[in-house]
Amino acid sequence: MTILEFTLLVGAGSFVAGFLGSLTGLGGGVVLVPLLTLVFKVDIRYAVGASLVSVIATSSGAAAAYVKEGFSNIRIGMFLEIATTLGALLGAYLAAKVSTAAIGVVFGLVLLYSAYLSFAGEPDISGEDKPDPLATRLRMNGSYPSLAGEKAYFVRRVPAGFSMMFGAGALSGLLGIGSGAVKVLAMDRIMAIPFKVSTTTSNFMIGVTAAASAGVYLNRGYIDPGLAMPVMLGVLVGSLAGARVLARTKTQKLRMVFAGVIAILGVEMLYKALGGRI
Amino acid sequence: MLAKSDWTDQKIEVIIGNLLRVGVLLAASIVALGGLLYLVRHGLDPADYRVFRGEPNDLRNTAGILHWALGHRSRGVIQLGLILLIATPVARVAFSTVAFAAERDRMYVGFTLVVLAILLYSLLGSHP
Repeated sequence: MTILEFTLLVGAGSFVAGFLGSLTGLGGGVVLVPLLTLVFKVDIRYAVGASLVSVIATSSGAAAAYVKEGFSNIRIGMFLEIATTLGALLGAYLAAKVSTAAIGVVFGLVLLYSAYLSFAGEPDISGEDKPDPLATRLRMNGSYPSLAGEKAYFVRRVPAGFSMMFGAGALSGLLGIGSGAVKVLAMDRIMAIPFKVSTTTSNFMIGVTAAASAGVYLNRGYIDPGLAMPVMLGVLVGSLAGARVLARTKTQKLRMVFAGVIAILGVEMLYKALGGRI
Repeated sequence: MLAKSDWTDQKIEVIIGNLLRVGVLLAASIVALGGLLYLVRHGLDPADYRVFRGEPNDLRNTAGILHWALGHRSRGVIQLGLILLIATPVARVAFSTVAFAAERDRMYVGFTLVVLAILLYSLLGSHP
């Protein structure tokens, strides 16, 4: 295959991944690395490097739209970024220490778990009505616009959420994904932050988290310009297009289909990694 | 120094959102330009990413990348765009530090400085 053919095919695949990722809210990063390694036979280290870069692009590109809605909470985001960036550094270091097969196994498990989460759907968490002393001291409590006007919320269990964010950062640095699902889990299920606030704040944090490991990857020579170029441009354009269509479609069915694809990729990733072919 | 009332969280978030959008657009344009050059010059060479070799030393640090990019070497131009992209969230955190300082929120100035230090360590440190 020539570089021109390879670039066009990878660009088209990345566009589809970005488009479906933003349309279903599941993120494009999680299917990119399996696409590159399983279909295009790219070494997983190059694939993770290219994916990290595209994660930064989509997170930063979408943030401009989210902040206008007034849902994201920059204090919660900034505080938890201490945990995610430290975790991301750890993940990036581990990526050089462990075998590519081990990375493949962890990736396969994360894919299966993401698929399970999207089949399970979003639980309705009833918020806290009493302020938690630590969260209050950290000025994390806030409010968001709802149909009935500004609705206040109280954050709880900060240490548990912080620890989980460290794990989300480590996964992001090891696998080159945004770990949006784990971040949302930490915020909405553990810290009782309203779902809409969790998802927008998580999107905000993803770019900073990915930047913390991308520096290490670049310095180690894992980010190849010829591969990262079509991946980053394809995912960025795809996710922007997906965000435009989002307002006009019912995504529940599509979400199930995409979750099915993620599950299949997870099984194949595990199978190949355990067979020593990654 | 601006008066405290000029810096609401909402206003800060809008500025940050625009900062991110401009950074990404600029980075994507540079990557696309470098990509075009790269395809024109190397489009018909064989593609091979099966074997991991790692990038040449010049494409691993800002000085080397600038040197390649200024010499109009296509891979250097793409890498310059990618560095700019990685720097965008870093600029966001740096701006947040200033914004929290203007709000006289010392605790959050401290938190943002910690995040900034981690990011700069990653981007500027050497990681063998």
